[in-house]
Amino acid sequence: MADDALAVTLRQTAPIPLDLSLSCAAGDVLAMVGPSGSGKTTILRTIAGLYRPAVGQVSVGGASWLDTSRRIDLPPYRRRVGLVFQNYALFPHMTALANVAAALGHLPRPERSRRAGELLELVHLADLHTRRPAELSGGQQQRVAVARALARDPDVLLLDEPFSAVDRVTRQRLYGELRDLSRAFPIPILVVTHDFDEAARVANRMCLLDRGRILQTGTPRDVLARPASVQAARLVDLKNIFSARIVAQDGPRTWLDWNGRRIETPRAESHPVGADIAWAIAGTQVLLSRTDLDQADSQPNRFAATIRDLVHLSESLAVTVVLDGQDAPLLSMTLPAHYARRTGLGPGSAVTVALMPEGIHIMAREGEGQADLA
Amino acid sequence: MDWVAFSLSIKLGLVTVAVLLPVGVFVGRWLAYARFPGKGFVEAALALPLVLPPTVVGYYLLVSVGGATPIGQFWAATFGHNLVFSFEGLVLASVIVNLPFAIQPAQRAFEAIAPEIREAAAVSGLSPRSVLMRIEIPLAWQGILMGLVLTFAHTLGEFGVVLMVGGSISGETKTVAIAIYDRVQAFDTASAGIMAATLLAMSLATLGLIYRLSSQVGRRHG
Repeated sequence: MADDALAVTLRQTAPIPLDLSLSCAAGDVLAMVGPSGSGKTTILRTIAGLYRPAVGQVSVGGASWLDTSRRIDLPPYRRRVGLVFQNYALFPHMTALANVAAALGHLPRPERSRRAGELLELVHLADLHTRRPAELSGGQQQRVAVARALARDPDVLLLDEPFSAVDRVTRQRLYGELRDLSRAFPIPILVVTHDFDEAARVANRMCLLDRGRILQTGTPRDVLARPASVQAARLVDLKNIFSARIVAQDGPRTWLDWNGRRIETPRAESHPVGADIAWAIAGTQVLLSRTDLDQADSQPNRFAATIRDLVHLSESLAVTVVLDGQDAPLLSMTLPAHYARRTGLGPGSAVTVALMPEGIHIMAREGEGQADLA
Repeated sequence: MDWVAFSLSIKLGLVTVAVLLPVGVFVGRWLAYARFPGKGFVEAALALPLVLPPTVVGYYLLVSVGGATPIGQFWAATFGHNLVFSFEGLVLASVIVNLPFAIQPAQRAFEAIAPEIREAAAVSGLSPRSVLMRIEIPLAWQGILMGLVLTFAHTLGEFGVVLMVGGSISGETKTVAIAIYDRVQAFDTASAGIMAATLLAMSLATLGLIYRLSSQVGRRHG
């Protein structure tokens, strides 16, 4: 633990339940993702010293900032931490330059404004030194906040939903800048977000939180595509979650019985034949074709279905189909936007769906919610 | 025109403001940020002078610091004169009746600072003292100043408690408000009129300043 650049352990039952341990290495960007009330922001506030949990340890580079068992609790101004607030919390009476210089108290006075200027240049605000926060756009305010957070030469950088208050175009640009920043400042960086795509864009590790607990930690790709549990799958908004039974294991393959349908998947080592499991498939792993034009009949996991709903999104098409059969399960998927136009698909069209075996993810069934898995 | 009374009023106003500046800042800030049981009671007690007749405040001051009380006797033994019917007694009375005028605007101004701003200051490495001096006071100064201007204006106009605790001793406790009353009693309406007009002009000017300040407070945090 002590070798990690940042190690955090928190336990309490009220007012906000917390029971978790996490660590972050220098140079890593760890995204903390979860629904409102999952404790994401509380974790950041605890690291910064703005919140004190009933039981907790925070150590940074081996130095203890908080250890409730040893009665250590450094005040925020003695912790070398940079925190970018959700609404930036810039000092409204100071210029951009003064905002950054205010966090440079560790430098001799004459050097502060020079260093503040350098930091503003780093975040591409070199020509806006004299503006006050009210005279800056949301994206510019965010950059001043980042420059101020970096000014202390922090051992940890914390960002609380830093992109929520800027428009989509600005956001795309800021994602890239954050990645550049993590290369320039090899310290642990924690980003709170509730947007999975955002986590995947800015972070190399991701921590899925729910009600003060960590459900899963891993690369964003893994957490999003291979959730560790049904609960995690629901949180990452995996729509197609069903229950089935393992009926055969044969070499590199496993066969599932899904209400009478046979499904082929790569071998699921940890589940024996006869086990009741939950499985999920991302919408991107489902192929769809018009039944009368369907040619790929060599593909496994093909089922007849009817289109129930088509929604045009900005760059894609969200499709819901209902599979033939007594249980009539619904399957959601996304297709390229031009697909429906090209093939003349619409609600009621008869289609064939194919579930790509590699896209099928098998999970243990949990005590909760078995009946309503589908 | 009773210049002695007039300058005494100004002096009393300035001394009251000087005493209430730190009180307004620290008590106002404390009430803005502290959470403790009985806070409502403390706030109510500090607001009492707003609603009580000044004579009631004066009465309690007389019975608590008058010549026959332990505090009054201690004062007389230490300084050689009574606290009541002296300028110091007048200052004490004036400070007490002006507590809500100095504290409440400061409290509102501190409350208007978003909690994240203060947290951001602490996270930026500013010590609590620096947060106060560099962030909180610069953001709350209009409210603090408004309280002081209000205090000054109110001191000029205070009558009942000044009469009760100070009597009407020329050069010591006879303020301009009492001098006006005196002149009217003596049928000297000309002097009373001049002093009344002067007081009116000064009060209008200070209130004008207050309204200007309060509109700026609204703009800054709006």
